[in-house]
Amino acid sequence: MELLDLSRFCMRLGDSCLIMAHRQSEMCSKGPFLEEDIAQTNLGLDLLGQAEALLIYAAELEGKGRTADDLVYKRPERGFYNFMLAEQPNTDFAFAVVRQYIMTLYLSRVYETLAKVDDETLSGIAAKAVKEIAYHQRHLGMWIKRLGEGTEESHERIQTAINELWMFVGELYEEDELDFKIQEVGYAISGDEMKAYLMANISSHLTEATLSVPKSVYMTTGSKKGIHTEYLGYILAEMQYLQRAYPDAKW
Amino acid sequence: MLKNIQINNEMSESKDTQGELWEVFLQTKKGLPFKHAGSVHAYDKEMAIQNARDLYTRRGEGRGMWVVPANAIVAVDPSDDSSFFDPADDKVYRHPTFYELPEGIKNM
Repeated sequence: MELLDLSRFCMRLGDSCLIMAHRQSEMCSKGPFLEEDIAQTNLGLDLLGQAEALLIYAAELEGKGRTADDLVYKRPERGFYNFMLAEQPNTDFAFAVVRQYIMTLYLSRVYETLAKVDDETLSGIAAKAVKEIAYHQRHLGMWIKRLGEGTEESHERIQTAINELWMFVGELYEEDELDFKIQEVGYAISGDEMKAYLMANISSHLTEATLSVPKSVYMTTGSKKGIHTEYLGYILAEMQYLQRAYPDAKW
Repeated sequence: MLKNIQINNEMSESKDTQGELWEVFLQTKKGLPFKHAGSVHAYDKEMAIQNARDLYTRRGEGRGMWVVPANAIVAVDPSDDSSFFDPADDKVYRHPTFYELPEGIKNM
């Protein structure tokens, strides 16, 4: 595995954290009640911290003189490698919960593996993130159960969100050349293992919450090549506006 | 003379949809007493402890936490203040302040 491969790997993971952090930040001041508003924003803050650490390391490994800020503010849409699931909008509270719940399951497994690698920077980032993500799992899992077993309307809304977002789950266990190189050195588990882990957990959580796992088999793909849904462009427009209008602006 | 904290009773009668009020107590270090930190809204125990964590422990404030339903706390009615507390005013000898504490005693 070459440094550039590891850089790209960190960039993919960092991008997913960054874009989710942005989505979570959009919920600030719009939570259903004050305590949950703060909780949702806190999830975003944790993810932003993980994104920053990963993108700083990605930039360093790349060795082209770019900084984490350059990566965030100066790449075009096709240069982002976050999962499409991460960029899906906060259509309603259920959509936000389902998006974060599935991504959190994925992240927990990713960080668990990374926490044990011989690269000290990466294992350090992962060891810290494991604890944060364990809380995310707990909080989001609570909402899956609560909304699933709540009222008829909450049940219907969370099931709708699961059905609508299901087509984006396939990307989480898809593999390309880079993934194989990363797996070879033990920095990631195989796609099959990830799929088995996700499906077993999702299925048991959803069943417990009286919800059902969608049966549709179509899964979309493309984010590992920089292909995205219509939503990423809008996120970047907002996130990158200042740097685009006033390049290298400083406080 | 004794009554449950008024605020919670008012909360549950109103059309508030934020859930019941819970009081949060934090312990800064193992072995130290728990101190009142503030309150949160939540619908049940699980949500109460999570909301309290998000509001009160993200800056390293504690290593232990209790969350208690506000209506389970029995408080002294402010109008009974004098009969409860005033008789102790002139009895300073009830405090062990006339002893010298050995050096090295912490948290007294």
